[in-house]
Amino acid sequence: MTTLVPARLRPGDRARVASVGLRARRLRSALSALGIAIGTAAIVAVLGLSSSSQAGLLSEIDRLGTNLLTAESGQSFSGDAARLPPEAPARISRLTAVEQVADTATIATANVYRSPLIPPVSTNALKVRAADLNLLPVVATGVAQGRWLNSATATKPVVVLGAVAAQRLGIDRVRPGQRVWLGGQWFYVAGILRPAVLAPEIDTSALIGYPAAQRYLNYASIVHGTVTQGPPSTVYVRCRTDQVDAVHEVLARTADPESPNEVDVSRPSDALTARAAASGAFNSLFLGLGVVALIVGAVGVANIMIISVLERRSEIGLRRALGATRGQIRAQFLSEAIVLAFLGGAVGVAAGVLATAVYATTKHWAIVVPAEAWTGGIGSAILIGALAGLLPALRASRMAPTEALRTV
Amino acid sequence: MRPTRAALELEAVTKVYGERPPVLALRGVTFSVRKGELVAIVGPSGSGKTTLLHVMGTLERPTGGTVRIDGVDIDRLDDRGLSALRARSIGFVFQQFFLAEHSTVLDNVADGLLYAGVEVRERRRRALAALERVGLADRASARPTQMSGGQRQRVAIARALVGRPAIVLADEPTGNLDSVTGASIIELLHELNAEGATIVVITHDAELAADLPRQVHVRDGRIVSDSAHDPDPDDRATPRTTGARVPVGAEQEDRS
Repeated sequence: MTTLVPARLRPGDRARVASVGLRARRLRSALSALGIAIGTAAIVAVLGLSSSSQAGLLSEIDRLGTNLLTAESGQSFSGDAARLPPEAPARISRLTAVEQVADTATIATANVYRSPLIPPVSTNALKVRAADLNLLPVVATGVAQGRWLNSATATKPVVVLGAVAAQRLGIDRVRPGQRVWLGGQWFYVAGILRPAVLAPEIDTSALIGYPAAQRYLNYASIVHGTVTQGPPSTVYVRCRTDQVDAVHEVLARTADPESPNEVDVSRPSDALTARAAASGAFNSLFLGLGVVALIVGAVGVANIMIISVLERRSEIGLRRALGATRGQIRAQFLSEAIVLAFLGGAVGVAAGVLATAVYATTKHWAIVVPAEAWTGGIGSAILIGALAGLLPALRASRMAPTEALRTV
Repeated sequence: MRPTRAALELEAVTKVYGERPPVLALRGVTFSVRKGELVAIVGPSGSGKTTLLHVMGTLERPTGGTVRIDGVDIDRLDDRGLSALRARSIGFVFQQFFLAEHSTVLDNVADGLLYAGVEVRERRRRALAALERVGLADRASARPTQMSGGQRQRVAIARALVGRPAIVLADEPTGNLDSVTGASIIELLHELNAEGATIVVITHDAELAADLPRQVHVRDGRIVSDSAHDPDPDDRATPRTTGARVPVGAEQEDRS
């Protein structure tokens, strides 16, 4: 006697059988896939947007240049505020790999106010700084309005405001005769700067010329018995990109050979890159919402599949009568749930990518959707479909053929 | 091996449902259907004929006795083996047709071969031939919902026959049809039988059964008469009549 072995379904037939129920109830299938689609869309969009904004920030950093180093006066061994030697910028500019040097000096004795009527404690956390005339190209920013200091205005009570400083002082436009109360006298506002991404301390500064600082705010140092301008507190250094590390290493010693440990050297682009990586850590709230939507979607799929099994009793009975094994019935309903969830996941990934693309384009970011976002989205959809379909599929396969064929 | 191999053999088949009190649905049924026969199993409701159908169709196992389909003892088969046996050797025709209304007529018929491991193009080719045989080749791309009850039952018959099973079990095949349509279905079964198909019709309708060459009467889980053992063959000459059966709404069929 020949042993009877059930025939295996071909892959095409499996796909056909798995999609029978979905094709028969398109609207219901679409609605139950919607929950999964929303969940995956949220997850993909959150991951995509944070990656894209990160990419945007990194490309901004690249554009601004990664070859900027700063040398700042740090603390002395005894914990006092250290000072850079006045000749530090000149020494640094003698390094062969250094292309540009500019410096600023923080004038701690002066503050800037909208008017003399503002209480002195309301400093708005703004600093008054004396600045070199070539500061702007070195820190990669420019003038948003008005003009930058020149050799004439650097000697006069003229100020240029950083982007944040202008905002905090309530000055949005440069008008002739506009003044701010700086260090106990009126300074005329010549211009407002664009944000300096690599040197955010410039944004909160009111910048004046070194001669003006010396003349009006008594900011000066004595070198070999003569009064001269300075000293700087921060030196901005642009060097050859391939020599950044080498310059970084010698910068402190060059700025202050006597006490190099009192000089803080940093590379602003490094800090920004780290910040970009940190801000790439996705928005956990929206991610959580996406997960909740996924779970709700899974419940919806499970619900629909259970109803489907009850409704399709006679189909199950017929298939058993036509020779389907329990395993084939189980596989049919399980794969139907998986197909349903997969379609939802695919639509969700598409929607998430689209949302990322639209938003990133308006922000002029590169469109970045990390591979783990869409593979994870589709993968979790399939997993959810399998989990949601398991119980209904088992129910369907355990139904006795005669029970399934009984007509109510 | 027997000289004429039987399509279906039941030996002392019993079926008991439940524990207390046990319900004896079949109380020792012995009969066989030879290849090429057209048999009616007649009995009132509650006589056990539906249980008999389920046992013959291997949809249920008997409590006792032996069932052999196409020479295979079903006691020696597990659930998978039974499934394979149904796919290969048994065709079902149901009162409610059980057609998939979202598939074409052709695909409905082709599904009769789905679990027999036949490739889809071959399934459709054979399905078209089966549809041709029941006179519906021109409706192959229609949906069952666009058809009359009689046409649907023809589609279901084509589906049962498409795999050339050893035996076709038809459960009240005319139950949902008006008398004229029902008669045409019985006619079709006669024709198919004449071409070699082995068919068992389960019905409560004695008049319909009288049209068929052999009648087996069941009552209370037992066979009370079998015209195959009847010395008087006049029964077979009884003209086919289509009495005053109550027409059941043929279009009410609306399963999902």
